[in-house]
Amino acid sequence: MSEDQIKNLRAEESLSLEAQFEARIARDEKIEPKDWMPEKYRQTHIRQMSQHAHSEIVGMLPEGNWITRAPSLRRKVALLAKVQDEAGHGLYLYSATETLGISRDEMYEQLHTGKAKYSSIFNYPTLTWADMGAIGWLVDGAAIINQVPLCNTSYGPYARAMIRVCKEESFHQRQGYEIMIKLANGTPEQKEMAQDALNRWWWPSLMMLGPTDDKSVHTAQSMKWKLKRKTNDELRQQFIDQTVPQADLIGLTIPDPDLKWNEERGSYDFGEIDWDEFWQVVKGHGPMNKARMNARVGAWERGEWVRDAAMAHAKKKNNRKQKQAV
Amino acid sequence: MSNKKNWPLWEVFVRSKNGLEHRHCGSLHASDAEMALENARDVYTRRNEGVSIWVVESKHITASNPENNGELFEPAQDKVYRHPTFYDLPDEVKHM
Repeated sequence: MSEDQIKNLRAEESLSLEAQFEARIARDEKIEPKDWMPEKYRQTHIRQMSQHAHSEIVGMLPEGNWITRAPSLRRKVALLAKVQDEAGHGLYLYSATETLGISRDEMYEQLHTGKAKYSSIFNYPTLTWADMGAIGWLVDGAAIINQVPLCNTSYGPYARAMIRVCKEESFHQRQGYEIMIKLANGTPEQKEMAQDALNRWWWPSLMMLGPTDDKSVHTAQSMKWKLKRKTNDELRQQFIDQTVPQADLIGLTIPDPDLKWNEERGSYDFGEIDWDEFWQVVKGHGPMNKARMNARVGAWERGEWVRDAAMAHAKKKNNRKQKQAV
Repeated sequence: MSNKKNWPLWEVFVRSKNGLEHRHCGSLHASDAEMALENARDVYTRRNEGVSIWVVESKHITASNPENNGELFEPAQDKVYRHPTFYDLPDEVKHM
């Protein structure tokens, strides 16, 4: 066989492998780490899963800001537990991503150098205690809508990690909404604080569900691989429809003058989203992008001696054990 | 970041309650077995998910290759005589 013939044969082979692979996913079979997969599947999953993990890790920072200033012990233990869950979720997701052949260190490096993105919502500041309420209620609420369909995604380790994440996440949203209820029923100043937090977090939460369908580049492929079950616009509508009545219930006003119930659609119509703001924040020009990365990279660098010391200790212990065995 | 100092990867298995087997639930990085156990407690059993944890360094696991699934698992497919329904019994025998 000539070299060209071999090349053609190889191409054909990989094409049929790919067709078989797509058929497996269409049949709802799961893909596991050692299975053959197209390179693009691997890369897309590394990108999405690692960015998901990074979002959990960076997502701890805006809330960490308020742990020491929580208004009561009840609120403090809840917030601590929530932030600890986020660390856990980041770790589930990092370890699931590692099964695709990227190391933890490579992922950290991509985050720290800005090569990998994380959810743009965490680049907004947490100015008052009410922001803890708004984040739990809105940001975690939007995250749940995004994440529930992922429990059925085609890549086994990702789906399993998401099942754990989703189970734990519903407490996050409830604790946030409870904070909002309490403030909304409090003094006029407290209610104003809750309204102000809603005003600031509403639009970023809508943006968090991703660009509109006509601007979203990965949607078609992601739908095929079940990395996505609904489009960004569908998810956004679902989020709005579920959240507006919750705001009404506690007497807060959604900061959108164009928001109104559309009888015909059975959904809320809503106003224009400021996508320029979204892209500015994604590109690194949000109010807190620099602060978040400084905090994250700083923590990693200040922890280096601890990681090294633990390794040295393990080595010493191991040597001692071997000596005793002789 | 120097590679040789990286904490190794460990696989975590959790028994959710006595009477059930340990099940794989994920992995984590730790410098030694003791730390792996402690981290596994914090990462995988924050809500009473377990009564017992095993950790094993990932490099010690030998896994079969899915490409060899044919020769590994197909021989069992044509051995229907290993299943009770292969054997004919009179209807009068209700349970056996």
